[in-house]
Formats: sequence, C-alpha cells, structure tokens
Amino acid sequence: MDELEAIKVTFFQECEELLADLEGGLLTMQDGNEDSDTVNAVFRAVHSIKGGAGAFGLEPLVRFAHVFETLLDALRSNEIPGSADLTALLLRASDVLADHVSAARGLGMVDMDASAAMAAELKAVTDPSAAPAVAAPVAPVDDEMGIAFTPLVVGADDDAGLDDDDMDFGFQPMTISLDAQAADAAVLDNVWTVSIRPKSDLYRKANETGLLLRELARLGPIQATLDDSVLPTLEFLDAEAAYVTWSVRVETEEGEEAIREVFEFVDGDCELEITRGEAPVADVLATLLEVAAPAPAAPVIEEPVFEAPVAPEPVVVAPPVVASAPVSAPPPAAPPVAANAPSAPAAKPAQIDVPGPGQSVIRVDPERIDHLIDLVGELVINQAMLAQRVGEYGIAPSSNLAMGLDELEQLTRQIQDSVMAIRAQPVKSVFQRMPRLVREVANMTGKQARLVMDGENTEVDKTVIERLADPITHMLRNAIDHGLESPEERKAAGKNPEGVVRLAALHRSGRIVIEVQDDGKGINRERVLSIAVKKGLISPDITLTDEEIDNLIFLPGFSTADKISDVSGRGVGMDVVKRSVQALGGRISISSRPGLGSTFTLSLPLTLAVLDGMVVDVAGETLVIPLACIVESLRPKAEEIRPLGPTGSVLAVRDSFVPLIDVGLTLNYRDKSPPPTEGVVLLVEGEDGSRAALVADAIHGQRQVVIKSLEQNYQQVEGVAAATILGDGRVALILDVDAVINLRRRGPPIPSDPTLIAAE
Amino acid sequence: MNEPVITSSAERREMISFRVGIQEYCVDIMAVREIRGWSPATTLPQSPAYMRGVINLRGAVLPIMDLASRIGMPTTEPSVRSVFIVVQAGDRTVGLLVDAVSDILSITDDMCQPTPDISCENVRHFVRGIISIEGRMISEISLDRLLPEREALAA
Amino acid sequence: MTRTVLTVDDSRTMRDMLRMALAGAGFNVVEAVDGEHGLEVLSAHRPDVIITDINMPKLDGFGFIEAVRVDDDYRAIPILVLTTESDPSKKQRAREAGATGWIVKPFNPEKLVEAIRRVAA
Repeated sequence: MDELEAIKVTFFQECEELLADLEGGLLTMQDGNEDSDTVNAVFRAVHSIKGGAGAFGLEPLVRFAHVFETLLDALRSNEIPGSADLTALLLRASDVLADHVSAARGLGMVDMDASAAMAAELKAVTDPSAAPAVAAPVAPVDDEMGIAFTPLVVGADDDAGLDDDDMDFGFQPMTISLDAQAADAAVLDNVWTVSIRPKSDLYRKANETGLLLRELARLGPIQATLDDSVLPTLEFLDAEAAYVTWSVRVETEEGEEAIREVFEFVDGDCELEITRGEAPVADVLATLLEVAAPAPAAPVIEEPVFEAPVAPEPVVVAPPVVASAPVSAPPPAAPPVAANAPSAPAAKPAQIDVPGPGQSVIRVDPERIDHLIDLVGELVINQAMLAQRVGEYGIAPSSNLAMGLDELEQLTRQIQDSVMAIRAQPVKSVFQRMPRLVREVANMTGKQARLVMDGENTEVDKTVIERLADPITHMLRNAIDHGLESPEERKAAGKNPEGVVRLAALHRSGRIVIEVQDDGKGINRERVLSIAVKKGLISPDITLTDEEIDNLIFLPGFSTADKISDVSGRGVGMDVVKRSVQALGGRISISSRPGLGSTFTLSLPLTLAVLDGMVVDVAGETLVIPLACIVESLRPKAEEIRPLGPTGSVLAVRDSFVPLIDVGLTLNYRDKSPPPTEGVVLLVEGEDGSRAALVADAIHGQRQVVIKSLEQNYQQVEGVAAATILGDGRVALILDVDAVINLRRRGPPIPSDPTLIAAE
Repeated sequence: MNEPVITSSAERREMISFRVGIQEYCVDIMAVREIRGWSPATTLPQSPAYMRGVINLRGAVLPIMDLASRIGMPTTEPSVRSVFIVVQAGDRTVGLLVDAVSDILSITDDMCQPTPDISCENVRHFVRGIISIEGRMISEISLDRLLPEREALAA
Repeated sequence: MTRTVLTVDDSRTMRDMLRMALAGAGFNVVEAVDGEHGLEVLSAHRPDVIITDINMPKLDGFGFIEAVRVDDDYRAIPILVLTTESDPSKKQRAREAGATGWIVKPFNPEKLVEAIRRVAA
C-alpha cells in the first residue's frame, strides 16, 4: 500500500499542476483566445483530474469533475458555443474544483451547497431544461467491465455487420457421430455451442481467434473445430482476410454472459452465435477434437491455414485446454505468461524507461537537498577556519599551501553556488495562486479587478519562496480593498471600471523584489496623517515627506478598523505584514501617487541560507555587513567630515553629503565614537535608496557566510539581520543595514529599556 | 504553581542541580541537552542585561542567559568552573550560564514543597517549587518562564 | 520471457498506477507521455502490448493508434485503450482506429492483467 500512497501523493501534485493549467487555459480564453488547442487542454486538465480521482475513489471530486468535464467536452466538440459569460462560469467552476481537490487531500472543506449549485449551473448549459435545483448525483463511474453491454447477436441474415470481403457463407456440413457425446447428456445445461466467424477487421486490430479460444477455454473445457471450406487457393489468398469459421463446444457453468464477455473486444469484428446445448448436427461441422497444443506466440490461425491444401479437409487446430478436462492428449504446456503473471514470484522492479521528451528530469526528496545544503554550509565554515588558521601561521600567500587554499575556497564557493541553484525555484508556484485570490477579493469587495503578472520565472531559494505567499496575499488584498475604487467611482473619474493590479518579481542588487502596483486612487495622505496623529503614533507637529506619510500605514496600531471589509474574515494590519517580512531580513515599503495608484515594494534576500558579506570590527565586536548594501569603502580625510547640528556629522562624498553613523554607538557597543578618520567608512545604500556612511574600526575582508537564524532560539534583535559562524568558530552578527540607518533616524530607542542611551 | 498533580508519590524525577552564587537550583534533566564549558559569547546589542550573547553550538546559534541576572541577582562573573547548561524550553534551545553543576538528584513528590511566599516577584515567577533533600534547599526553575516572549520589533 | 508493455498517458498518476499494476504482474514497462512521444518510444523498444489513453496533447489516442496500425512493423501489436468514457461512440471510434480492446478507468490491476492476457499471446 505504500506504493499506492506514494502514487496518491503524485496524484495530488499532478492535480496542482492540472489546476494551474486549467486556470491558465481559462484565463487565456478570457483574454479572447479560444483556439481549439486551449479548449482541449482545459478539457484534458479536468479529465485527468477525474481519471485519477476515480482511481482513488474520491467520490465527491469525481462527481463534480464529471459534470465539469461533460460541459467542457461539449465545448471542445463545438456542441455549444463559447462566450465570455461561459468562460466566467468555467473559471468559477475551476475554483470549486480546486476546493474539491483540497478537500480530497484533507486540507479544507467544500461548501457542498455551493458545489451543488455550481454543478447545476454547469449542467444547465448543456441541458437547458434541467432546472437549476440541487444537481442530482451523476451516475457513478463505470466499473471495470460493466460497460452497458448489449449482447450483439449477429445472426446469419444480419447484413449490417458484414463487411465486403469475399466471404461467402457456404460451407458443406459434414456429418459426425454424436454418440460419444450422449453420455454427457446430463451436463447438457452447461454445454454451449459458439460459432465464430471472424472478419478481417478482427485481425486488423491485432486480435486473434486463438486468443479468443484460449479465453473461452478458461471458462471450461472446449472442443473446437475449424471450417475452412471457403479457403481459397494460395494465389487468391489474402493473408489478412478472414475465411474460416470456428465452432466451439464449451462446457461451463458460467452462463451465456460469461461467454459473450470473452468476445467483448471483437464485438462487431466477427459473427458470433451462441446457442445452448450441443450444436445441431446439421449446422455444425466435422470432427471433434481435444487437444493440447500450446499456442505459439505467432498467430495460430495463419500457419496451419497456409499448410492446408485447398481441399476441404477438416483441418484441426485448437488452443490449449486450460481446465483439467477429460483430455486424452498430453496436458497443456504451461500457458503463456499471463497465467503466470499473477503468481510471478519476485515482481522484478519494472525497468522504467521514461525517455523524456527532450529533457531528462530527476525527482529528489527535498530533505536530501536541505541536508546537502547544510553540509555545504559547514564545508564553507570549515574552509574559512582552515584559511584563518593557516593565515595565522604566516604562510606566504604565494606558497603552494596558500594557493592550494585559495583553490579550495574557489571550489567551495562553486559547490555552494551549484547546490543553491538546485534549490532555486521560480516564484511561479506562489504567483499561481494569486489570480484566484484576486477574483475572490474583488468579488467580496464589490470591485472589478484584473491581475497582470510579470517575472514569474524569477528564481529564488526554496527557503524564501514559501515565505512569499503571505506578504503577497496581504499586499494584493490591500491593493484591491483599499487601493482600487469602486467601478462607479472609477467611471466617474474617467477610468476603466475594471482596475488593474500588477504583480511583478525581479532581481535587484542581489535581492528579489516583488512589486504590487494598482491603478487605484492612491493613499489619502491627509487621512493617514490624521489617523496617525489621532492614535498617538506620531507627534502632531512633525513634518514628514510624502513618502514618509505613505509608509505610516506600517506603524503598529495603525490599521484602519473603521473599514470593516474584512476579506476572508481576517483583516490584517500592514504592520503585521511588515514585521513578518523583516523577520526574514526583508523590507517592505509603499509609494503612492494620488488619483493614480500605489505601489508596494517588497524585497527579500535571494536566499535565507548564505550571504556575501564584509567582515568588520566595531568596538571589539566582529560584524558582517551584507555586500549587496555596500557601495564603496573609504578612509575618510578630516576635511571631508563636517559637523551638522549638535551631535551629528556628515561625510562629503563627491558632490553630496551623507550622514555618518557610528555602528558601535548605534548598537550600543560604546558610548562615545572614536574619530572617523581613525576607522574606515563603508558607504551603504538602504532599500529605499537612502545612503549613509557607516563607521567601523577595521575591515577584515570579504567572506561568504552561512546565515544562521537568531529568531530560532531567541528573537529578532533590532539592527541585526541574522548571525553567522566565522572561521574562528565564534558567532558574528550580520548587520541589518536599513535598520541601522533607521534606528539612527528615528530618535529615542525602544522605551522598554531605559538604560539604553539615545544614539544621537 | 500549576504543577500537574502527581498521584503516585513513588514517581521519581531526575533533576540536575547547580549553583548560582551560593544558592542551589535545579532543572528537570529531561530538558537538559548538554553541559558545556564556558566560552566567550558574542554580544547581542539592544538586549537585556541577562542575555550575555550567543555562542556557536555545533553550527547553531545558541543564546546564553545569565541565570543569576535573570532572577534578579547580580550578574555572574564567569570563572573556569562556570558552565552553560543547554536546555530546551518549548521550541527554543538556550544556554544557562551558572557557576557550577552540583549533581544529579532523584526526587519524589514528597520532597517537593511550594515556593515560600517571599516578596520577590522574580522568585515567585521563576521558581516552581523547593526541594528539600539532605538538609539542602534546592529551588526548581520554571524553564518556560525564563525566556522572554518573542517580541516582534516595530521599526 | 518478460514481456514489455508500452504505456502512453499524459497523466503521471495514471502512468504510475499502470506501472505499479504491471510491474507487480511481472511485466517490463516503458512509458510515453503522449501519442507523439509514444511513436518515438515504440520504435526504440518493441513492446508486446500497448496501453494508451485517449485524451492527450500533441497526438491523441486515436491518432496514435491509427499511426501504429499503418506501420507494417507494429500493426500486429495489440493495443488496449484506457477510457473513463462510457460513451459508446468514443469506444467505437477507438475500435475503428484499430484498438484491440479496452480497459475502463478506474481499473483494478487484475482486470488490467486479464485484458492483456486476452489480447496478447
């Protein structure tokens, strides 16, 4: 059963892909492109889900999928016309189908009333007479053999089935003595006579009478005779035409149904007559025989026929008799593989060749990759430790040892890059869920919204991907709920009543950036300001830039509770979103243009696993500054440093002045800053583009470090993004550059700890 | 104290006892992952005084808490005998800085008493109960109360 | 002698289920993901039996069967069609295309093996 469980897992994975294909196809149709390939692909998606679901007995899913599939089948065969309304209906149906799949997986429930209503709507399209009441349960999927079986009795005078080959029905009956049979009179009830006249079609479909006879023989002992009286001479012989007639006496308790079933596949490809009892002597032919020649792999019929001369001598060949009947001939050789198959001893693991169309892919357990990445992380640390120890011994950089170590570092780096690349995935998997979300949110808030997506193939480490979904969801909700105006308002403003929300992913300065942009009304800055003041979040006389006002919505306690359009029953303040983003070392901000719309920008590190950093010394502490933030490093000259205000200083960098920040002071490692000229300055740029000059005591060098979480065992520390373990085995903190810039900007620190002194 | 009522007094628990200053404390041995000798910790900025910093525990970042300071007593001056007791509290692993480990005790219910109602709130908060054994008084630490609530920081 | 079955289905789940049933019955299994791919795999391995789905991208089951039946090398290979469709016209179409027999989904492994037995020597 384990294997079955594994296949079930595969099935649900496949369902995810199929549901995505389904939605993608329907969206394409919605955009106006209804070509048959798309419609067929949409049909196939639902069809495949139904097929697999049936295999696992997931009844409600099967039933709904069946109704859905029926409608799609009608659409693809052009029995019903497509239309925008129909596509919209199909999109909603796809959402219900997705719910069924989730429910089948045990992840959530289906609103059965809604499902029934949807099913009724779907049915009504193909069958307008069907009242949109609760849909009657669809007929269950056929079981294995139970196709509505209409036994076809092809009588001798039924021309309909006959095809036009040169088959004449004349044959000379020969008399036989049935006396030997008389003794079996007692079992007459179980005796049947089957007359089979194959038509050429039978062979064209690679069926063989020999196999049919063999199958019959499984029901009971048989005796078969062959009439080849119409067999033409060799020169007239069409190797694939049908000339012979079999007459088979079967003794079985299983009844006529069972016998008919044997011929199920060749229904119509042969003339079949089944009568109870012994064949009337007049109609049946010659000799009886019992045998046992195992059917060779090659078609049985052809060979003996070719050997036979034209003369209508009864040539007899018969298939093996499987049952232990009164067979005088030697017992049948073991019938071919099929009978053996079920009892095959050790089922050899089937050689699975899946020559993939073009590209080969292997499936790997994610845990193995994670483990590999952890190990590589340790390798990096170890290699760094090694380099450090050797460095302490004062080995010349040009020596073999040093060069060898350099190569080792290169190699380690390459291994790490390659391994990280394995785990990198396109954000598509997260983006895929969004169209449906947008549909639902728009629905619930009475807005009209269209989602446009960009950069779905942008890749990001698996560790980050999983954490993207929540922030993106909240940004989208916010954009539609608060950003977009109602269709009436939009029309009044001269805009298209349908708002556009753009979701994009891109790489920027070593990070992944996600943008959610809407063309709504933008942030109402007056209102935001007044709310912030009212809630005591800012002092009333402070002056803020537009950008700063916009970002007030991220302040804790800000969320506008007066707007009770709780989407999905859960209104989440942007402050919560911001905090969770920051916990990942990410940043989120908003910018807005009144009347035109707003843009959320979310940036996250490409991976939560490694980082390129600059190792520096500050007040005796070793810190790591992410390289991606560093613009340049310099040794400032005294004349470049200018005081500004009571305690601050700025650094003149070319044409601009950049605030000087002593990291040691900001992080409270020390109370007084040493002169910047004695240290080194790192010019950094935060996510919002603002620049600062960080003062450190010394630079140790650049290193790629493995990121270790602080939150796991402790909690987030302001100013610190994460931690790492350096070559000497000690923990070094990774600086959160943006937080450091902001800490300094904000003024008095967290009031909870009065022992901390203001950074300024 | 919300301790589960132990019905059978024959139920024994094993505790590791240790010294903080001249006082003796203990924790349930089931929560102890290992004991490490003292090593310098990397300072954590913006942190309470009782958080001494973090150390490297086989590749993971382990916060170190000065237990004395946490309870409100003067901070520990580490010496060669200082140790970190690595404990698991909830889903977090933490190292407790203490002066020395004493021994392993096997205690039964009848040896436990509720914490005396002295005025110090920290004691009431962090000490689960008192164990009396061989004339010694050993206070049992309530591990899940030691670690601060995870605060998400506003920025 | 182990016989080889070629399974042609665009659903990974279905391919896995077929493989589980067939391998358990001692067959060697080769797989293809659609009709077009099936023709490629066919020429590389000479299966003793083919099991194919009907609805597939690129080249569907009907097209695949017709292509097989036209080719002298392969026309005698028995082909079983997998179908959830109880619609007789679909089955008829499959038969007209040249299908030897059929299996209705959901199938159970015994019926599957039995169907193979009925069409393959």
